[in-house]
Amino acid sequence: MAGAVLAVPAIGFTTIFAVLRFANFALAGHMAVGAFAGYLVNSWLGLPAWAAVLAAFLFAAMIGVATDHVALRPLRGYRALTIAIASIALNLMVENALRFCFGNAPRNFAIPLRRDLSFGPIHIGPQQIENAIIAGIAMMILFLFLSLTTTGKAMRAVADNPALADSKGIDPDRMARIAVAIGMGLGGIGGMLIGLDASIDPLVGFRSILSVFAAAVVGGLGNVPGAVVGGLVIGLAEELSLLALPSTYKAAVGFLAILITLSFRPRGLLGPRGV
Amino acid sequence: MINYFIAMATFGTIYAMLALSLNVMWGMAGMANLGVVGFYAVGAYFSAILTTTVGVPVALGLFTAIVGTAVVSAFTTLGLTRLRDDYLAIVTLGFAEVVRIVAENETWLTHGTDGISGIPQPLKSTLGPDFNLVYLVFCLAVLAAIVFALERVRGSPFGRVLRAIREDAQIAAFSGKDVLVFKVKAFAIGGAIAGLAGALYGHYSSYIVPELYVPLLTIYIFLALSAGGVGNNWGAVIGAFVVVFFLESTRFFVEIIPWLSAERLAAVREFTVGLCLLLILIHRPRGLLPEPLPRLVDGKRGET
Repeated sequence: MAGAVLAVPAIGFTTIFAVLRFANFALAGHMAVGAFAGYLVNSWLGLPAWAAVLAAFLFAAMIGVATDHVALRPLRGYRALTIAIASIALNLMVENALRFCFGNAPRNFAIPLRRDLSFGPIHIGPQQIENAIIAGIAMMILFLFLSLTTTGKAMRAVADNPALADSKGIDPDRMARIAVAIGMGLGGIGGMLIGLDASIDPLVGFRSILSVFAAAVVGGLGNVPGAVVGGLVIGLAEELSLLALPSTYKAAVGFLAILITLSFRPRGLLGPRGV
Repeated sequence: MINYFIAMATFGTIYAMLALSLNVMWGMAGMANLGVVGFYAVGAYFSAILTTTVGVPVALGLFTAIVGTAVVSAFTTLGLTRLRDDYLAIVTLGFAEVVRIVAENETWLTHGTDGISGIPQPLKSTLGPDFNLVYLVFCLAVLAAIVFALERVRGSPFGRVLRAIREDAQIAAFSGKDVLVFKVKAFAIGGAIAGLAGALYGHYSSYIVPELYVPLLTIYIFLALSAGGVGNNWGAVIGAFVVVFFLESTRFFVEIIPWLSAERLAAVREFTVGLCLLLILIHRPRGLLPEPLPRLVDGKRGET
């Protein structure tokens, strides 16, 4: 269940990596942006969860494209690692802008508490099921977009071979913008879903970013179906780790999963860049 | 007031060591280590645990911190340096977080979130109030020795190979250099310096706690190195002092802008750190002191 929620921002991360070829650490801040956008729509305007999810996507996508245009676009063509470090700087700015506006105190969504559903020995919160369904719908829309629309196909072409795509008249700038919008938007949904399960604050994305990276890396950086598989693997591994380790070690599971996967399959489970 | 300046200078010196450590890995060899703070923590805990729980002399604690962190650093990267650089960046970030989580949870060893207190301060009883000044001079001497050593490394064949790997690892490998060995060595050297810096901090403040070792510190060090000049040892030192000066001077803003809450002020400060790093990367990618590159045979300067 948690794996499906993890898969959404992991797809976002991997999509940006597939098209722009750098690890965009600003995803953490944009997860928080999405979480706060969803929170405002849900708690202040009193709109239902689906509207909050939509707001999380749109807001994170818009801010993602805007900040990318100002902060990271001037660095295109530099080494991938330099851009990655710039994205860390950008992330710090986004998180602290949120902190300035909303403060550090955790906030909760206005959703009623519900009894857990029991299937024999297994207990599942209804929120987790809803989250998994929302995550599933978001992923389905993305797959339809990538496989059916012209823009989606163009994006896969850029991910596959940027030089060839360029020579075919595909505008790399436009594709970059769309990739960032999708990536950060999905990050926003992911941040909101994590917030629905617990609470939100400006570091809501940062706390789970290692698990998100782990999901993307385990699946193969730049590989969208891989990110789904990776998300499920990491989600399951984190839950299972609770049987053997104290819950505070949950954050270390992703790290271990990366080490183990890369030792045996240096390109991740499904290999790199198959969008 | 003079004590305050001595304390700041000591922090500046320790930050300078961290910036130099990063300069070996990122500046010279081109490997992004987002976990500098993890190696800093490992060194601090090595020396703190040995000198408090085991009770060895401070000198041995420092020595163990250097060697121990170098070994940890080499092992962490041993299996990973053959991977893409992006993976290394993510894994080192994860490494630092894991170090912090272990320090928070393994209470029997690290006292958890309470931290380790009563770390011996060398010669404190003999020196009394002069301790801070003498310790600063000692740290400055260590810093000078590190800069001297790294300048030798930079000009040596070893340093040249690291630069070659930074520019194009494949060509370096093609010229018969064992890229993996050089990368692991660069990480071991960098790790040793970060570990020493961590141990020196512990014996100065006499108290360490896991929450000191957050990823934000790594960003400060990246800012210091980028501001000073990636690849330039002197730049790393100057950048570190500039960053400490900036971070400290923002403390006094509280008095100037009293209507801003402490939380918002911290947000503004960290926002500014991010902004500065971004502006430097975009507008002055080579920093205040660009890396001095050797002249080519025909007299043209090398380009990076």
